[in-house]
Amino acid sequence: MIEVSHLTKYYGDVAALEDLTFKLVPGEILGFLGPNGAGKSTAMKMLTGFLRPSSGEVRIWGSNMWQDSLVAQRHIGYLPEGAPAYEEMTPLGFLQFIADARGLTGVERANRLEQTITVMSLQEVLGQRIETLSKGFKRRVGLAQAILHDPDVLILDEPTDGLDPNQKHQVRKMIKGLSADKIVIVSTHNLEEVTAVCNRAMVLAKGRVVSDGTPESLMAMSPYHGAVTLKSSSASLAEIAEVVGSITGVKEAVPIAGGITIFPENIDNTLFTKVLEVSLAKGWKVDSLYVESGRLDEVFRSLTEGESQ
Amino acid sequence: MNFAVIMKRELHGYFATPIAYVFIAIFLVLSGVFTFYLGNFYERQQADLIPFFSFHPWLYLFLIPAISMRLWSEERKSGTLELLMTLPLSRLDIVVGKFLAAWVFAGIALALTFPIWITVNYLGDPDNGIIVASYLGSWMMAGGFLAIGSCMSAITKSQVIAFVLCGFVSLLFVMAGFPLVLDLVKGWLPLTLIDMVASLSFLTHFNAVSRGVFSLLDFLYFTSVIVVWLGATSIVLDLKKGG
Repeated sequence: MIEVSHLTKYYGDVAALEDLTFKLVPGEILGFLGPNGAGKSTAMKMLTGFLRPSSGEVRIWGSNMWQDSLVAQRHIGYLPEGAPAYEEMTPLGFLQFIADARGLTGVERANRLEQTITVMSLQEVLGQRIETLSKGFKRRVGLAQAILHDPDVLILDEPTDGLDPNQKHQVRKMIKGLSADKIVIVSTHNLEEVTAVCNRAMVLAKGRVVSDGTPESLMAMSPYHGAVTLKSSSASLAEIAEVVGSITGVKEAVPIAGGITIFPENIDNTLFTKVLEVSLAKGWKVDSLYVESGRLDEVFRSLTEGESQ
Repeated sequence: MNFAVIMKRELHGYFATPIAYVFIAIFLVLSGVFTFYLGNFYERQQADLIPFFSFHPWLYLFLIPAISMRLWSEERKSGTLELLMTLPLSRLDIVVGKFLAAWVFAGIALALTFPIWITVNYLGDPDNGIIVASYLGSWMMAGGFLAIGSCMSAITKSQVIAFVLCGFVSLLFVMAGFPLVLDLVKGWLPLTLIDMVASLSFLTHFNAVSRGVFSLLDFLYFTSVIVVWLGATSIVLDLKKGG
């Protein structure tokens, strides 16, 4: 369990992070979302004990990160921003060093090394110097050192930054695969990542939490959430707009390229059926008809830009 | 014993890069040049290694910062410091482990000058007890330089700045017994403190050592220099955590 209370960090007079408070239990995957400079990395550096907070505290299973840092740090696996590693070492040498530093010995050490190398698919590069590896492999080496001791808490600062779509998919699959009894905190400015892996999303802007909830609740903040979009290439859009605009419970029908988006007055999941029935009755040739789940990028912009204006 | 984990990795790091080989080669060449050309090793016609050891403070003055500058600066720059400091290792283990690796490395370079020891034994009949004491003293002094360098490297993420700072502070310590430094403090420090500053000189202590008078006092002196500067390193690292 992680308890973070009133965590605050000032650099001189500038607040990098203000009053961050939350509590996480095993099974939760928290996504820190926010533009660059929002305080995500600062928060993670304090959660892992690298930076000392100006005020507030972090407790990992009851151990205070400042009074009892060695105990608290044992629970944590951490991937710092940019996945730093000793470039002149090989992945094997590097992971062996981490295993020793983590106090793993004997059979457990051998098993953990083998398992981690397999999970991260590092077999083919084990003997190469890290400096010669591709970005994707370097990131995987960084993730491997973070999960090596099978930590209860995984803190990953932008784990998929700079990876290609296949590698991103792999990393997300790995995170979801190991998280059943673990706490994971992921920072990202990549919106799809939050919906793909997290079950809790916290939006930071200018060092403050501006939203905290499930990714779905974040989506629900979008004006598009619950709207229905109908696309048709043959029917007259003007006619469609007029007809659907008069359906009860419709607030607005906005024309878009090749179709129309219909916004309900209240989100009650009946709009889709109503629009479907009307289009069948009118005999329109409908290309597609779907409920919008919400547009995260818009929510993100309105939350984080609103804060800075 | 956690410092051993750090020490092992660091030592491996020296030899995994050209640093070790370049450093050792330059160290051996320069110590040879100093001994034979500036120290007139042959012309003196004496079976001792005074010309060899007496140049060590000057040799260390610019070679040791080259080792120590990367101790922390490089890790801070590449981000690995964040990794290292979030491992469940005490800061003392990390500071001591890194220092010991650098010190052992300097010891290896120093030990590789053994041909000069063989030479002097071949040519004459030196007092080998003195030579062993001098080697030990030289190594202790290298530790003092390294501990200063460790602290300077903890201050900055620029290796160049770390190098220059370490060179400068080391020079102050080497020259502490000489007018260059003493004139600076003469005007405003009480006499007892001036004497104290003078007694901090590496050179005063090492000159005794290189003549074979390696007393417990000199040993304690270099040990305390190491301890104090490693303590300072730890404090600097802690202050930096506060950001």
